[in-house]
Amino acid sequence: MQVQDDVLTTVADWRRAGKDVAVATVVATWGSSPRPVGSMLGVSADGQMVGSVSGGCIEGAVVTEALDIMAGEPPKLLSFGVSNEQAWEVGLACGGTVEVWVEAVA
Amino acid sequence: MTPAVLEALVDACARALPTVLARRLDDNRHTLLVAGERVSGETLPEPVAEAARTALRADKGAKVEAEGHTWFIQVFNPPLRLMVVGAVHIAQALVPMATIAGYAVTVIDPRGAFASDERFPGVTLRHDWPDEALAEIGPDARTAVVTLTHDPKIDDPALEGALKSDAFYIAALGSKRTHAARVERLSERGFDAPTIARVHGPAGLALGAVSPAEIAVSVLGEMTKVLRQA
Repeated sequence: MQVQDDVLTTVADWRRAGKDVAVATVVATWGSSPRPVGSMLGVSADGQMVGSVSGGCIEGAVVTEALDIMAGEPPKLLSFGVSNEQAWEVGLACGGTVEVWVEAVA
Repeated sequence: MTPAVLEALVDACARALPTVLARRLDDNRHTLLVAGERVSGETLPEPVAEAARTALRADKGAKVEAEGHTWFIQVFNPPLRLMVVGAVHIAQALVPMATIAGYAVTVIDPRGAFASDERFPGVTLRHDWPDEALAEIGPDARTAVVTLTHDPKIDDPALEGALKSDAFYIAALGSKRTHAARVERLSERGFDAPTIARVHGPAGLALGAVSPAEIAVSVLGEMTKVLRQA
């Protein structure tokens, strides 16, 4: 999947330019979800984004977590879906569930 | 993920090598396998290594439980490939669209006036005959071959080369009438009906496409439909 390569290349460029970076990866999906397993979102500490882990529904929440993880929190498995929208402000409008692994490049 | 793992991944993708990144999610350990060789991290337990091989074949990541740990297998296969035969106007629309869709595109046309760097900046161009080009390239199950010249002298050798390969999508531009004539010629060349039926002709979904860009959309649409078996 070429799109993954673009995310990796961009994230590597950011890091070489001296930025803190993190990578979020879809590790599992159930039901209807917009992006398949393996889809990636790259995030820089100054708030740039490349790629996606959904159709735009959960990227905001993932970036927030990614910033905390870049600041020193451990990597984290996030779960998003209609079933737990109380736990998360955001949910997938399409009714699917998606698990996203967020880790810093460090 | 360490910076070294990230750089190794970027390098493996740039060299179009089949690559697997296995993450042990409990403690965020990474093992990187490039073209079957472990280039970083610990040796994977056999069930995870087996899952990695399966994931590469299916081009699909997976979560695996083994030895009390949860692993996530992520696949980085070389990009899909598209061989465009005929550096014509429609190719100028199809090439950038297919590139955005993730294909590594090669344009094959022995006519230098068509396959020029001015018309296709930054695109891999070949000026040999398509049968020779395809024999050298070796289309596999992640390769599509589309002929666009309308000239049997160029299209037919390309189609013959494609039909001898595992290409997942083979298509030829042209009207229903020219396609009927094409089927006739391929039949005379010894290809049987089920083999000839692999050629999608006229190429593309029936969208009523008129402009080169619209025809490119219909071809890319059909290619996607076949790839995703929809």
